[in-house]
Amino acid sequence: MYYWNKEAECISPDELRALQSERLVRTVRHAYENVAAYRKKFDDIGLSPADIRGIDDLPKVPFTGKLEFRDTYPFGMFAVPMDQVLRIHASSGTTGKSTVVGYTTDDVGVWAELMARTLGAGGTTKGDIVQNAYGYGLFTGGLGAHYGAEKIGATVVPISGGNSKRQIQIMQDFGSTVLCCTPSYAVLLGETAREMGVDTKSLSLRVAFLGAEPWTEGMRREIEALLSIDALDIYGLTEVIGPGVSYECMEKCGLHVNEDHFIVEIIDPDTGEALPPASKGELVFTSLTKQALPLLRYRTRDITYIYDGPCDCGRNFVRMHRVMGRTDDMLIIRGVNVFPSQIESVLMDIEGMEPHYMIVVDREGAMDNMEVWVEVSPEIVSDEVRDLEMLERRVSDQLRSVLGLSLKVKLVEPKTITRSEGKAKRVVDRREVYGEG
Amino acid sequence: MKVSQLSVFLENKSGRLAEVTRTLANANINIRALSIADTIDYGLLRLIVNDPVAAKAALTDEGYTVAMTEVLAIEVPDSPGGLAGIIDIFSENKLNIEYMYAFVGTSGRNAIVVFRTQNVDEAIAALQQKGVRILTGEELHSL
Repeated sequence: MYYWNKEAECISPDELRALQSERLVRTVRHAYENVAAYRKKFDDIGLSPADIRGIDDLPKVPFTGKLEFRDTYPFGMFAVPMDQVLRIHASSGTTGKSTVVGYTTDDVGVWAELMARTLGAGGTTKGDIVQNAYGYGLFTGGLGAHYGAEKIGATVVPISGGNSKRQIQIMQDFGSTVLCCTPSYAVLLGETAREMGVDTKSLSLRVAFLGAEPWTEGMRREIEALLSIDALDIYGLTEVIGPGVSYECMEKCGLHVNEDHFIVEIIDPDTGEALPPASKGELVFTSLTKQALPLLRYRTRDITYIYDGPCDCGRNFVRMHRVMGRTDDMLIIRGVNVFPSQIESVLMDIEGMEPHYMIVVDREGAMDNMEVWVEVSPEIVSDEVRDLEMLERRVSDQLRSVLGLSLKVKLVEPKTITRSEGKAKRVVDRREVYGEG
Repeated sequence: MKVSQLSVFLENKSGRLAEVTRTLANANINIRALSIADTIDYGLLRLIVNDPVAAKAALTDEGYTVAMTEVLAIEVPDSPGGLAGIIDIFSENKLNIEYMYAFVGTSGRNAIVVFRTQNVDEAIAALQQKGVRILTGEELHSL
């Protein structure tokens, strides 16, 4: 078994609980004293930070969600002055505004440690060459994996995403041993290698850390066969810290949550009641060490369950099953979060556009393919194809700039989009990304 | 001078053209000329019919999206160089032809070609100056 930090990862359950309690008390106080949104939530229900004396008091703490980020955009959730914020990252919000997060120097250090554990669990050491094909930028994937690999002392190839043939070429020439990217991109790389006539068994590649989008056991088998490697699932979300929230070990049986830095809960999404292990519900995280952005009971909208019982690897951190669904209509397209409401607001800003649209997502080969179908209205129909093509381009350019994703806009006849009981079916996802459960 | 043309948005699905023509038949509409401009996903069916207003109403009732545009129906000598002579007039007057298509019937010994240009009035003036005959809607429908 591989560990980056065996002492921390194999902490005894009693010690862990004590550590979590102590850190929770500190985090609650920090959040209350420095973030107006938290203070208001506590004051509204007459809760004092002093009422939270340990982990048993956690259920008293109000939930947080994406709404708080939207209402306090961009920096309102930060608990430290900006001169202590070393880094900003962001992900999509439900409307035009993105969800912005910040990190202090210590936060960046913790993040690197958590990603070092993640990569270490698959056997990454300083002798490895890590080809990091996550996108670098506001997206947390690129820099998250980068800092983790550097913390281990591995050699990082910061190639970022795209240009699959060059990725394979570099794998061959540099002898990359570790790959970091989204699972769908790993499939594409495997297929690209095959098209190029490269025998993946001849590559030095040994293991891949795949995340930022839901995938299935079927995809794992496919990727492992295509690239002749072990494929491990990693999980994280921007609001919590980015990748590094939880990670698989070589047992490939659930993702260990870094419980010394985050408390994980599974709740009933309707009632907010905490659910016991093995029950499916919504994932909720509370940060324990974050300074710039303390997070109290953040509702992820991701659906999964926590495994009952320990893992054979020796880690005492609980394991969550891979994400099995969402409580909202968020889509993850090529690693990018997309809300149908974002698409709707773009369409509504274009004159003559019908509010009747549908989002069709499919997987073409390895890559997610998103089409937005829009019904033509009498206002936009023309006798010239050119006018319609220009309109399609205008809409797709606008959507690309808002979503950061290229997609196809397709004009369709009126009444194409199913209307049922007054509520239109807006999303058709044919990918079956969450598998059978 | 101007003739009303209907443009119907159609997805590229089998049977769509049949449905449109059936709808027009049921409304007792006679199609005088048509052309289709298509892309991978959809097409625009352009129609000249005997009663454009009734045809548009019938199609709209059936849920089609229809645009109405003004085009010119021009008599073209049915002899070598006939069309070239007409197009020269457009070219000399710097009038762009967006698209054109031939009419099914003839006017006496002459062919009829439907022209679409952005500057309809300028085109009419230029053509008439050269003695080119432009058919009215009534003339076209009575052929």
